[in-house]
Amino acid sequence: MTEETKAAKNPVEDMATMLAYAHRIEVEAAERYAILADQMEIANNTELAALFRKMEKVEGKHADHIIEKAGPEGIPQFGPLDYRWEEGEGPETLDLTDIHYKMTAWHALQLALAAEKRAYTFFARLAKEAYDKDVQALAREFAEEEEEHIEFVMKEIKKYSAPEAGWDEDLDPPNHPD
Amino acid sequence: MSVTAEAPKRKASDYISDVKPVWCPGCGDYHVLLSLSRALAQMELEPENIAVVSGIGCSSRIPAYTNCYGFHGVHGRALPLAAGLKVARPELTVLVMSGDGDGFSIGGNHFLHACRRNVDLTYVVMDNRVYGLTKGQPSPTTEPDWDSALSPGGTGLRPFHPLVIALASGANFVARCFSGDVNGTARVLIEAIRHPGFSFVEILSPCVTFRPDEKQWKTLVHPAPVDPTDDPARAARRIMTDDGFNTGILYRGNRSPYRAPAASEPQDPGVLERKFVI
Repeated sequence: MTEETKAAKNPVEDMATMLAYAHRIEVEAAERYAILADQMEIANNTELAALFRKMEKVEGKHADHIIEKAGPEGIPQFGPLDYRWEEGEGPETLDLTDIHYKMTAWHALQLALAAEKRAYTFFARLAKEAYDKDVQALAREFAEEEEEHIEFVMKEIKKYSAPEAGWDEDLDPPNHPD
Repeated sequence: MSVTAEAPKRKASDYISDVKPVWCPGCGDYHVLLSLSRALAQMELEPENIAVVSGIGCSSRIPAYTNCYGFHGVHGRALPLAAGLKVARPELTVLVMSGDGDGFSIGGNHFLHACRRNVDLTYVVMDNRVYGLTKGQPSPTTEPDWDSALSPGGTGLRPFHPLVIALASGANFVARCFSGDVNGTARVLIEAIRHPGFSFVEILSPCVTFRPDEKQWKTLVHPAPVDPTDDPARAARRIMTDDGFNTGILYRGNRSPYRAPAASEPQDPGVLERKFVI
């Protein structure tokens, strides 16, 4: 295991850093949903654009909630590459490569579900492995919140049926002139 | 709890403009834009001291999406533009952003000579092995057996090998990245920008619309198992024999970058013009 991987496995050693990581997870997720909403607007997939915009707002509220929790002392700010993530980016950040312009809400919610599960795993592991007891307690609290998010997304998924095979076929794929 | 960390001067979003990209959803170039913005924020460079120069193609739209100075130039001619800019304004950080068609076909000749001249630039090529903007023709890096409606049975042509050609031509820094590894790519970009001389970074950036098979790249890429070398022959042997999915810094040379000779006295354009009067 490299030093970087070790650091990524347990990057949080105090409460200030814990809040910074939790905040960064939500901000990065919100920013990613904003990019996805923009993409879908350009691709004229209005249903998904609205869904991603909604998710952006939800993640933004989670980020605000963490700022409130930090109180007057605030949250330390690090450079974007100072955060150490085990999987490259924050656990709740969707991978842009998984996106397709013809994808449906069902696909999008599957990706959101996977993201919430990764966030849960991140906090649940910190709740067990962090050295500081206060960090453990806060991580447990965040893990419980992520469990609620997982339940919410699972309920949303039930509103949609899985699309049939060939949903992404397009004999004349578009490009997007300026 | 005490908050002691000094807030960074810049956020990655400070380097991204309000212009919404028109790349296809899923395009790897979105990742490259994120990597670039994170690298620049981490380095705390001032946007007004950065120039992003490009040619033509999907990837070459990127200057419009940044908040730095930008020049969307002629097809394949981004490198000479950028070299001229850097020589005239050496204090600027000059980034050249290109694609495999723009950089290796139309701009192939400029690529060779930019490596040879070793001007202090960073050249980033978003390689998706296809001409996406014109709807899917094979590019210089396309595999010979890539079968498509526009190239039935494949071209049968040997692909261009940009990293080896860069080494053979004199590039001073050579790296390969995968766009999906946003932070890893950003770290390599920082190294490339800091390294003196001509730095070449090939970013494997999937075209999910015309090359959906490239979505598999994220399962194929892996960090290069060896440290970078300063021996171009060794680096070339490694690159020629790897599987094409080794990522990281592969060569870090120590050639001195090109420096324009200092003018002995201020050059008055009027004096220069008189030399050419017939």
